Amino acid sequence: MAKKLLEMHSITKEFPGVKALNNVNITVEEGEIHAIVGENGAGKSTLMNVLSGVYPYGSYTGDIYFDGQLCRFHNIKDSERLGIVIIHQELALVPYLSIGENMFLGNERQRRRGIVDWNETFQEAEEHLRVVGLEENPRTLVKDISVGKQQLVEIAKALAKDVRLLILDEPTSSLNEADSRKVLDLLLSLKRERGITSILISHKLNEVAYCADRITILRDGSTVETLDKYSDDVTEERIIRGMVGREMTERYPHRPKTIRSDVALEVKDWTVHHEIYTERKVVNGVSFKLHKGEVAGIYGLMGSGRSELALSIFGRAYGSRISGTLLKDGQPLELYSVPDAIAAGLIYVTEDRKESGLILGSSIMHNITLPRMEFVSNRGRIDRDLERKTANNYRETLGIKAPSVEQFVGNLSGGNQQKVLLAKWIYSKPDILLLDEPTRGVDVGAKFEIYQIINDLAKQGKAILFISSELPEILGMCDRIYVMNNGRIIAEFPQSEATQEGIMNCIMQHSKGEIGA
Amino acid sequence: MSSLWTTLRNNLRQYMILLALLVIILAFQLMTNGTLLKPMNVSNLIFQNAYVVILAVGMLMCILTGGNIDLSVGSVVALVGACAGTFIITWGWNSHLSILLCLLIGLAIGVWQGFWIAYARIPAFIVTLAGMLVFRGLTLIVLGGLTLAPFPADFLAYSTGYIPDVFANLGLFGLRNSTSLLIGILVAIVYCVSQIRSWFWRKKKEYDVENPAILTLKMAIVSAAVIWLFYTLGAYRGVPKVLITVGIILIAYNYLTQQTVIGRHLYALGGNEKAARLSGVKTRKLLFLAYVNMAFLASIAGIVFAAQSIQVPPHDCMGGEVAVGDEHDAHCNQHLRYAAVGTEGVEEPDHGCRHDHDL
Repeated sequence: MAKKLLEMHSITKEFPGVKALNNVNITVEEGEIHAIVGENGAGKSTLMNVLSGVYPYGSYTGDIYFDGQLCRFHNIKDSERLGIVIIHQELALVPYLSIGENMFLGNERQRRRGIVDWNETFQEAEEHLRVVGLEENPRTLVKDISVGKQQLVEIAKALAKDVRLLILDEPTSSLNEADSRKVLDLLLSLKRERGITSILISHKLNEVAYCADRITILRDGSTVETLDKYSDDVTEERIIRGMVGREMTERYPHRPKTIRSDVALEVKDWTVHHEIYTERKVVNGVSFKLHKGEVAGIYGLMGSGRSELALSIFGRAYGSRISGTLLKDGQPLELYSVPDAIAAGLIYVTEDRKESGLILGSSIMHNITLPRMEFVSNRGRIDRDLERKTANNYRETLGIKAPSVEQFVGNLSGGNQQKVLLAKWIYSKPDILLLDEPTRGVDVGAKFEIYQIINDLAKQGKAILFISSELPEILGMCDRIYVMNNGRIIAEFPQSEATQEGIMNCIMQHSKGEIGA
Repeated sequence: MSSLWTTLRNNLRQYMILLALLVIILAFQLMTNGTLLKPMNVSNLIFQNAYVVILAVGMLMCILTGGNIDLSVGSVVALVGACAGTFIITWGWNSHLSILLCLLIGLAIGVWQGFWIAYARIPAFIVTLAGMLVFRGLTLIVLGGLTLAPFPADFLAYSTGYIPDVFANLGLFGLRNSTSLLIGILVAIVYCVSQIRSWFWRKKKEYDVENPAILTLKMAIVSAAVIWLFYTLGAYRGVPKVLITVGIILIAYNYLTQQTVIGRHLYALGGNEKAARLSGVKTRKLLFLAYVNMAFLASIAGIVFAAQSIQVPPHDCMGGEVAVGDEHDAHCNQHLRYAAVGTEGVEEPDHGCRHDHDL
């Protein structure tokens, strides 16, 4: 066996109220591709942030040994000096700089101190680009090349730093199949020809099975097991069982049967193209139905097009060249803007409350009343007392823990922020709610409360689309489950027939068909 | 009294700004050996900064939309002043119609810049930087490099001079202009009555009402400040007419930002544009309106500034008692008179811009 390049011993990392990592152990051997798999929130990214020094030494417990040396990284520079380079899921390239400039950003080739040697820069860039198989002029601006090529530039950038351990966090999540394959093949050839060790974090188990030598499975912040491609029987079923195999306890409130027979929303043949790359289909011929009083789930991995689907229905808030029909209560519905959608009683609760849901520097009260100011105003003049009273009502009924509705939303905990987000949209009196990851980044207790709020809404006859990438949650909360992958709805399960393994398998089969592996 | 303390603490940020203002005033009052708050100086401050306040109001809207500023205001002020001068002095048009036309020019400029910013999505910084250069150039073309003077009295009537002293010779508290003090008292009374009425109305409707002690304190402080200001102005020549323009603008825009849906949407747009858009706020339209409004206010400021620059205070030759301060005042006016709307006038508003930033 090769020597151990990296050892992480009993790593524990706590955030206020949550244990993100609990006694995690992982060993990476020199010259292998080591995959880390686990559900969203299992702690993969946290673990890599600990390793790369994003969370500095002292903010976690446990030991990191790299190349036999005990390491105490205080920032990313410390880990990079040893050759540990992390490529994050969201690419960190500067769009308006050239490929070469990006590759040596923070690592500039200098003639004298402080003076950039451009000849050296671009020549070296060209060499690295050749290694990663990218035929582009290093003087091309990054914004002008595709996402797939940008990913290759990231890897070339890592090579320029004399990388020994390359960490890739979901490198293929925004790539199409051909580009994904290219990236994976590149990892294999780097391993073979240059002996570069990689850690691959991925949701796509077919990719993991394709290139990983060993696979470590994380679940709820702990290591479950490490599988070896050569000695263990590694199948996707085996990995899935490790990932999701947990006891289902009472984490979901009882869901009474509240479905009524009438259809509240019907979407037919809905197709949406990417906003910038307009030739790319993000949602492809999707049709589905929502009944009154029903909670229907859409399960899909990141990049499956689920948020884009919901956003495009919500008054075309996303996408270009949208086609398809919407029927609300059997009547055709034409929505061209967000105000149209809100007025028609169809709303979308964003998955990213900080980025696109709440105004953090405003009070709870102002956030709640924003979507329908007309309820608390008279001919354009706001009745501030009525507004306060209304907001207080929601604070009490939804149990938002805050001293007053004047409190800034930014000062609240994640769970309470999420409740403000829900309050805001319930206040707008919708008939149809598209909830995108309504429990993301929320602790277990608040999750339970949010589930109860959703059940109450269903009881009132509202139709709810529940989008989530947490399988147990989908299974626990939804009457019907649609599975989405690559912009299509590929399966539909009634609650009674849905299992975690069944759904996961369904996605894997579909992805495999697409990648043609 | 604990609730008094809580209210104070909750609004600390708001009070800190007032407190800082108070400290600055006190510091300069000491450094200038009391000249700062002398009646003549207060009066001059109002005359000289009226257009800055008007610009600041418009700039607030732009800043609310997400930290954008309008760099072109200085040039718009100059261009509108130049247009007013050309219409009225060179071509001899009717002053009132010319003012209307100037305001329309301002609106047109706003529509032009707003279109590029809101609908073509070109950064406000770039659009207004271009505007700054273009409108400055246009000013030079319009004036042909000349300085125009003087404006007729009916143009100046809007923004120069003082409200006439109706109760002349009343000599209230030995003031030169008793009308001023009476106006001040009236404003304070109207303010207090409206506050008290709203308090009782809310109480009746069983809404939250503030502690009566706080209300009283607030009314006392505001009334004292208002009466002091008008008393001081009364000790000189009375209430500058331009204070009415500025007052109306301040009250109207305070109402707009604090009480109306549009105002709330502006704050939302600045707080988080994406969240605002997904909450049904028409973000583009708002951005457009903010810049139209800015240019409109800049054109008002331009008219005020043009008139200020060449004002010929009718009182100058009136009244026997010419104090030392008055001599200084006359000198200032003379300087401004010659500055007129020419190129020298063009530079001035940029100072205004910087002031706005600090706000």
